[in-house]
Amino acid sequence: MMDFLTLIQVLDSTVRLATPLLLACLAGLFSERAGIFDIGLEGKMLMAAFFSAAVAATTGNVWLGLLAGIASSLVLAGLHGLASITFRGNQLISGVAINFLAAGMTVLIAQDWFQQGGRTPSLISGGRFEPITLPFANAVEGVPVLGPIYSELLSGHSILVYLAFLAVPATAWILFGTRFGLRLRAVGENPAAVDTAGVSVVGLRYAAVMICGLLCGIAGAYLATALQAGFVKDMTAGRGFIALAALIFAKWRPWHALGACLLFGLLQAVALRFQNIELGSIVIPVQFMDALPYILTVVILAGFVGKAIPPKAGGEPYVKER
Amino acid sequence: MTLMKSLMSAAAAVALSAGAALAEPALIFDLGGKFDKSFNEAAFTGAQRWAEETGESFREIELQSEAQREQALRRFAEAGANPIVMAGFAFADALGQVAGDYPDTKFVIIDMVVDAPNVRSVVFNEHEGSYLVGMLAAKASKSGTVGFIGGMDIPLIRKFACGYAEGVKAVNPDATVIANMTGTTPAAWNDPVKGSELTKAQISQGADVVYAAAGGTGVGVLQTAADEGILSIGVDSNQNHLHPGKVLTSMMKRVDNAVFQAFSDGPDLQTGFSVMGLSNGGVGFAVDENNASLITDEMQAAADDAAAKIATGEISVHDYMSDDSCPALSF
Repeated sequence: MMDFLTLIQVLDSTVRLATPLLLACLAGLFSERAGIFDIGLEGKMLMAAFFSAAVAATTGNVWLGLLAGIASSLVLAGLHGLASITFRGNQLISGVAINFLAAGMTVLIAQDWFQQGGRTPSLISGGRFEPITLPFANAVEGVPVLGPIYSELLSGHSILVYLAFLAVPATAWILFGTRFGLRLRAVGENPAAVDTAGVSVVGLRYAAVMICGLLCGIAGAYLATALQAGFVKDMTAGRGFIALAALIFAKWRPWHALGACLLFGLLQAVALRFQNIELGSIVIPVQFMDALPYILTVVILAGFVGKAIPPKAGGEPYVKER
Repeated sequence: MTLMKSLMSAAAAVALSAGAALAEPALIFDLGGKFDKSFNEAAFTGAQRWAEETGESFREIELQSEAQREQALRRFAEAGANPIVMAGFAFADALGQVAGDYPDTKFVIIDMVVDAPNVRSVVFNEHEGSYLVGMLAAKASKSGTVGFIGGMDIPLIRKFACGYAEGVKAVNPDATVIANMTGTTPAAWNDPVKGSELTKAQISQGADVVYAAAGGTGVGVLQTAADEGILSIGVDSNQNHLHPGKVLTSMMKRVDNAVFQAFSDGPDLQTGFSVMGLSNGGVGFAVDENNASLITDEMQAAADDAAAKIATGEISVHDYMSDDSCPALSF
């Protein structure tokens, strides 16, 4: 049914599809580990996708585009921080507001700047992240099994893909290997204890939310300037929510997040490659494959496969006792 | 009291006659917006052409939300605009409610059928245009495998796919047609990333021409096709210019002609069912300086010949929506 080359192509597609999920998932991980729920991942990605494409289209420089995308995502992250940390508002409502704000503002600004019905112009070479060919990729192509794995699967992605995969060990190290990470996790479990130790709860939470904004910014820029050549309205198409599902599936752990995102990416890639899958006499419709990430998350949440316990102080604004 | 009544009726009569004298046509765009490079923009182009040729003016509104549909219709009708043209199937419910209240106003709805005495329903034979681009795709393909990428999986899009597959098979009965839909929710119209991945998947299965009938998702399809060095086919408006030399052609749906026709007919337009097909210039394929090198004289001649035969009824292209099935393609 599936030959080796097809398998490689599906896995290659998995890597491309998993990258935005992974970046957004790690973004959510930082924020939620610090006790700030964030369902505005989608909105931040969308805003970053637009601004990265818009600036890359105007200046012709994709790096400026990336910076603009990250900056716009940071602004929204700051807004979320302001609402949910400083003013102790409801974190879910703030997240929803950010999603709506991004969906509306991107199209509005795009129409005002480019008059193309809420799109940016197509990016030309220089305005996009081009695929990188790893050293010797062409030379080893002929080697059986390992050759295609190296030259097709590992090589030929944009730099942001490698960055996303490097972000996993980096996140694991920051959260579990540094003092900052220890405090960040503590602030999501028991902020009062952190406060008693003389560390600023507000400062830590803002730091986490800003890291979240940074990663969402890269995710959005990846969608608009690496995978695509421009912005189209609503182009994130629910990936922020799948990333949230992956975060729960991974039970808020970085390496598991990598696994969850690759799994969800694989499900999407298989669904796109094979559409309706025939297993003997049973046909699995493509819609089922599309829904599977959400079904798996519900199964996990219901406690059938281990229990997903969110950080204890998640969603609770911290009020210093007086 | 009677004086009051007659005064009021006199005022009403004046208002009515003033409205009738004005009788500007009106155009209502759907949520996609006036400059969507596709459906709505085509409607606008038609209206503008009418305004330039006649020197008259028309009214227009871009909707911002679903709730404005009925409101916009009523406001134009109250203001005496006639005829009122609306671009998009989504107006059907609102028009069904409003049409009966304004029996003297003529309405034109595009892409949908509303059964009322003062409504003209314009539908397009997309399957006929798709048949022609399918023929061109089969002739341009070297691998004998061509692709179709639809947006949301709805009967209208299957109609595109089915006509396309028939056109491909007419040229090359052994050709393989890979048909994929992006999704089953409206998000499928705006997911270029998925469009790209579908294109790559089809390329790896041997496709070297892909036809995108997928709204914003099609942007990703055309982009990836251009990046990977295969040909693509655009839809609705002429999209050849998006990647010059890499878009084989575009299946044109002449919404502009429908609007132009309605405006030209004016308040006395004939109501009922109006089909825009190959025979009356409703659909077609685009050839311009961007793709002239891709369409050989032989391809052009074959497509023109088929177009003439479809127009006269010698070739009949299957309409998926007539019986929800497609002889040339299984979904």
